Amino acid sequence: MIQEQSEKPSMDPAAAILERAQHLVEDLRLAEVLRWKQANPGQLAVGYMPVYVPRPMLEAIGCLPVAMFGGGDQVDIIKGDSFYQSYICHIPRSTLELALNGSLDPLDGVLFPSICDVIRNLSGMWQMLFPEKYASYVDLPQNFDPELGGKFYVMDMMRILRDLEARGAKKYDPDAMRAAITRENSRRAALHELDVMRVKEPFRVRASEAYLVARAGSQLEASEHEKLVREFVARARERAPRVYDNVRVLVRGSFCEQPPLGLIKTLESAGCDIVDDDFQLGLRYIEGDIECGPKDDPMQAIANAFLQRGQATASRYIADEEKGAALVQSVRAVEAEGVIFAAASFCDPALLDQPMLEAALDRAKIPHTSLKFAENTGQFQVIREQAGAFSDAVKLWGSAA
Amino acid sequence: MTTTTPTHITRPRQVDAEAAKDDSQLRQKKMIADHFDKLATAKEDGRKVAYTFVPGNLTELMLALDMLPVLPEINALQSGMRKLSGNYITEAEKLGHSEDVCTYVKCDIGMMKSGNIGPTGTKLPSPDILLLSYTGCFTFMKWFELLKEEYKCPVTMLHVPYQGDGHITPEMRKYVVDQLEREVIPALEKAAGKKLDLDRLSELLERSKRAEDDLVAVWESAQNTPSPIDGYFGGVYYIGPIFSAFRGTQDACDYYAMLRREVEERVKEGKGPVTPDGDAPEEKYRLVVEGPPNWTNFFDFWRMFSREGATIVASTYTRVGGLYDTGFRHDPKDPLGTLADYCLGCYTNLNLPMRTKLLASYIEKYKADGFLINSVKSCNSFSAGQLLMLRELERKTGVPGGFIESDLVDPRYFGKANIENRVQSYLQMLEARKARGSA
Repeated sequence: MIQEQSEKPSMDPAAAILERAQHLVEDLRLAEVLRWKQANPGQLAVGYMPVYVPRPMLEAIGCLPVAMFGGGDQVDIIKGDSFYQSYICHIPRSTLELALNGSLDPLDGVLFPSICDVIRNLSGMWQMLFPEKYASYVDLPQNFDPELGGKFYVMDMMRILRDLEARGAKKYDPDAMRAAITRENSRRAALHELDVMRVKEPFRVRASEAYLVARAGSQLEASEHEKLVREFVARARERAPRVYDNVRVLVRGSFCEQPPLGLIKTLESAGCDIVDDDFQLGLRYIEGDIECGPKDDPMQAIANAFLQRGQATASRYIADEEKGAALVQSVRAVEAEGVIFAAASFCDPALLDQPMLEAALDRAKIPHTSLKFAENTGQFQVIREQAGAFSDAVKLWGSAA
Repeated sequence: MTTTTPTHITRPRQVDAEAAKDDSQLRQKKMIADHFDKLATAKEDGRKVAYTFVPGNLTELMLALDMLPVLPEINALQSGMRKLSGNYITEAEKLGHSEDVCTYVKCDIGMMKSGNIGPTGTKLPSPDILLLSYTGCFTFMKWFELLKEEYKCPVTMLHVPYQGDGHITPEMRKYVVDQLEREVIPALEKAAGKKLDLDRLSELLERSKRAEDDLVAVWESAQNTPSPIDGYFGGVYYIGPIFSAFRGTQDACDYYAMLRREVEERVKEGKGPVTPDGDAPEEKYRLVVEGPPNWTNFFDFWRMFSREGATIVASTYTRVGGLYDTGFRHDPKDPLGTLADYCLGCYTNLNLPMRTKLLASYIEKYKADGFLINSVKSCNSFSAGQLLMLRELERKTGVPGGFIESDLVDPRYFGKANIENRVQSYLQMLEARKARGSA
């Protein structure tokens, strides 16, 4: 497929906003969080590991939710490796490294949502290593009946609210929660606009750029992030397109440990327009708005959104639906020509899921390929060759065979 | 772990190839053989079959509905012991399963693709239902998603909340009980084609309680010097019936009563545990072990300890299917509540501070000279965080720890010479400490 590509970065109307986004993403010492705490004295900054916690709930009690994605390729692991065997993924090492070198000091607590046993156990390690900080495991329900998993979810969220209130957060107020949900919905609408642009006009916004713009929200309040996203979308519209011959692909498997930016750019330079991915899944985990009317119980609304409209991903139990059906549907929805599975090495959820997803793609005759990475992978030549061969094969024959 | 000047280490003795077995072990062997015979003819006998997992197993519930349990983890470990797992894992990897993930899963998939022949050489029946008790291990969820794709049978899921804050709340318990009442039991009843009789369930739970009393007496016998049991290598035999298809049966009660008598007899006679080479030599070291054993070279691994006079006086792996020695017993008066408590309390459902505390209590209670962590590549539920546990335990107890790495059933990850070197170095260090202490 002939595609168009944006012009040189120096002429790029979105360059300044991208630069800010990149600065926020690379802000491993959380300067932005410190700035927020100075502006909001006495309020708490609460970190959370991938994939999902309900950010509006934290904002409603005056906390700043801070998404944590480890140290990527920017931090030397000096102490973190001594806590993990060679067969454990990389993100907990760099996360501990950042905590032990003081980078995460601005955080008053960390939530560890259920995603895998490594992140789950990291919650206990945190309790042992940093007893003065709040650390709690968030057992998101795997039962999606509102009377069962829904009730448990609400009770568990109320527990977290009580814990944070005891540490200085504002008292839970349903009105404040409704307002926070509205702000979150607006942010998500902006992200949706960005996603639609990627799908319709991938030549205007590259996946590597969308990734930075989305991830920049990790340590911003929803409203501020929304402004950043909307500004980027407006600037991207001003770009003059250029023509490239790329295939449209969807990337899956990178929902927790994030691929280095260089890897995403490598896939792009190998002839792939990444029109959908799960890099920043947490921000998009709920499909559509969190519906909450003025008289609705906002906590129930948060729970219902999780139960009924949470995305099919590896950390979520697929009960009745056909495994992989959601992926096939996503491929069709964004008119992708193939799928690249990009899982972090030793990522149990992604790698255990992959054979089932590959089988679903095979049944739907959708070409796919797979690779593994670590967040600090620095060599991309092999990946470039593999992705290039894949995109060529799809272009020439419409399959990876 | 620190090492000091090497001291003498006992030379290995010549041994029989066949591991020594006591009467209770022979009885257990027959129980298991009978169970697999029933499984072999389950379809023609009209028996319904449920596949499920060891931690958080609801055996009494399945037995109350006359269902036959199959435990894929046990099939995998048996395949490891029978030297079949390597080929099964290769088979699964050829089908696209990653080399990075749990080898129990791959062994099971490979076994299924190779005809699903069970440990006794007979074909295992396909499941009528997959009972996914999601307790303490994320991989369980993926495992049964994979099996569901293969068997196209119903799955019922019991989500057991993790003890992230170190205790069981009433909300967690209610969530599990409600799931049992509203989803799990109706799904099992449908698969079984009959209604659950709660009185019958209570009778089974009463027998579970009796067997649990005897098992705890067996564990606690290790407070004697010498310990009459090996609470890890020997312990995996002791947990066989109660962690698998027999909890709640009269067979299990009889087995544990017999085992207890045997152990009490050994105490009276001042004997150490039975080892693969017969009665253990003089007890020189008392150890606590964290982590599952390696199954592909199980007896080689055991002998690295038993031949040196090292007895494992307590282990955490033998608590994955039920933590009874901290007081829990199944309560026949509250059948569903007690099943919830059981599931919530399994070892792998404890957070890291609780696991560390439990290990420290074992070190103290059983007067251990040291503790050893066998970190298995396959099991992140166990392994992630063990290096911190090692440091914390050393700090809290002052007892030195050792750390070795292997795998459950992947023979490629059992480096015998390397592991043996580490074990010997560790024991030499303990010897040197003892010598310093007595000087």
